[in-house]
Amino acid sequence: MNDQVRAFRALLESLDRVGAENAISQALTAMTPIQVIDQIVVPALEEIGRAWEAGEVALSQVYMSGRICEALVEAVLPPSDPDRKHQPRSAIVTLSDFHMMGKRIVYSHMRASGFELFDYGRMDVDELVERVLADKIRVLMISVLMLPSALKVAEVCRRFKEAGVVVRVIVGGAPFLFDDKLWREVGADAMGRNAAEAVALVGGWMQEMEA
Amino acid sequence: MSMTPMQRTLAALGHREPDRVPLFLLLTEHGARELGLSIEAYFSRAENVIEGQLRLHRKYRTDCLYAFYYAAIEVEAWGGSTLFIENGPPLCAGPVIRSPAQIDSLQPPAIAGAAGLGRVLDTIRGLKARVGDTVPIVGVAISPFSLPVMQMGFDRYLDLIFDQPARFERLMQANIEFTVEWANAQLAAGATAICYFDPVSSTTSIPRELYLSTGMDVARRVLPRIKGPTATHMASGRVMPILGDIADTGTAIVGVSALEDLAELKAAAHGRVALLGNLNGIEMRRWSAEQAEFAVRRAIAKAGRGGGFLLGENHGEVPYLVPDEVLLAISAAAERWGRYPLDWIEAWQKDNP
Repeated sequence: MNDQVRAFRALLESLDRVGAENAISQALTAMTPIQVIDQIVVPALEEIGRAWEAGEVALSQVYMSGRICEALVEAVLPPSDPDRKHQPRSAIVTLSDFHMMGKRIVYSHMRASGFELFDYGRMDVDELVERVLADKIRVLMISVLMLPSALKVAEVCRRFKEAGVVVRVIVGGAPFLFDDKLWREVGADAMGRNAAEAVALVGGWMQEMEA
Repeated sequence: MSMTPMQRTLAALGHREPDRVPLFLLLTEHGARELGLSIEAYFSRAENVIEGQLRLHRKYRTDCLYAFYYAAIEVEAWGGSTLFIENGPPLCAGPVIRSPAQIDSLQPPAIAGAAGLGRVLDTIRGLKARVGDTVPIVGVAISPFSLPVMQMGFDRYLDLIFDQPARFERLMQANIEFTVEWANAQLAAGATAICYFDPVSSTTSIPRELYLSTGMDVARRVLPRIKGPTATHMASGRVMPILGDIADTGTAIVGVSALEDLAELKAAAHGRVALLGNLNGIEMRRWSAEQAEFAVRRAIAKAGRGGGFLLGENHGEVPYLVPDEVLLAISAAAERWGRYPLDWIEAWQKDNP
């Protein structure tokens, strides 16, 4: 981790919004917006994600870091900017649960990393499958908190197969963290142990799919 | 001579070794399965839960009765609604505080006016009439600091904490009055102790510095007003960096996570609080009998010596999807390997470092 990333991470963890804005403004004097995102914002969020997984930082810091970065990136790379990563079409959803925090964090991290994606809010299986097919989604991020909701991912994946569509599914949330075999059991393509890891995995898929 | 569950539990909480490690399997919806009812039907009558809890207590030889229905029942008292699902805990179906401005005029609801809470109190009375003082009856109150996750959503609640401290304090004041009244009503009905669920205070959710000025401050304003012993439970969140701080709030027990090492937690607890945990309730769903036995032995080996330990899962509720066979295997292992003086530990640890 270079000094710039380390310093930016410290500003985020201490929720220093003004300091973070100044750091990005400073970096933009020597780098393009997409370089700032890829070389400072994303690595800092990845470090924070790993630190959360290790119990070194708290969810509130992950959440606020995502919010701060989302706003910063929105300012330097608006949704209409051609450098925004729109393809392949992707979406995020909270499946069945009413606990929206995990999705909110990952959505912020995705946007802070330059991605554009649909936010489906909270949906049950039928509505989700219908919407994914209608929107021609190719990458679906599913967040859950409760075990029964996690098990419903299996039905989502089965329905995609039955419909003959290829949708890559990445899952995240507490049940998957407490049982690291669960994501395979439900037929997902991957799990994100933290928000930044999920973003990195989806980013890799997107490059593969565009190639 | 064998101890009663109450004697066994009190000895463990006094940091003495009872006849065996107390088994605190916190079972809720499994009672519906015992009675052949849907979860919604089961929780619709106190008589069902009384019978369900007594059957579960006998079947799994647990050392407590658990009067908890589901977390959303408290939000029902605030005007919220509950969504029942067929294979898991009833869900809080959306926030009751949709705008922070609502907090300015928020009044805590009367316990007597909440039908769901009334059923819980009837359950406690019924259990108490059946077991007297032989089995601890555990009531539950969600911490005023954690209740807003259901009242308004976690992200909006964090925004409130950081952006609107005055309204946050106003919300805490209303919630504190509710929680104190609710906890004391359960104790008056016959509960032995109150499990104070406070997952937002866990260092999984907020850093220690923020805990000291928020969750801990709230606990210090609440726990001394609760007229009975409390167990602070983080619902599988981490506690190691704040274990001493939690002990300073005056709680007797801390529910600990499978994400942390039980031996390290026991050392850090230093006899100031007893530990409850930390079997992995999610993995438990697919354990074999052998895996269940191994997990029980490992937990007892790490934390059983010297008392101060109650064996249970780590979330405060065993998931409905955990099959009976696994629970029976846990129960049998606790019976077999939980007998003091636990003289098998050293030899076992040589083979299972």
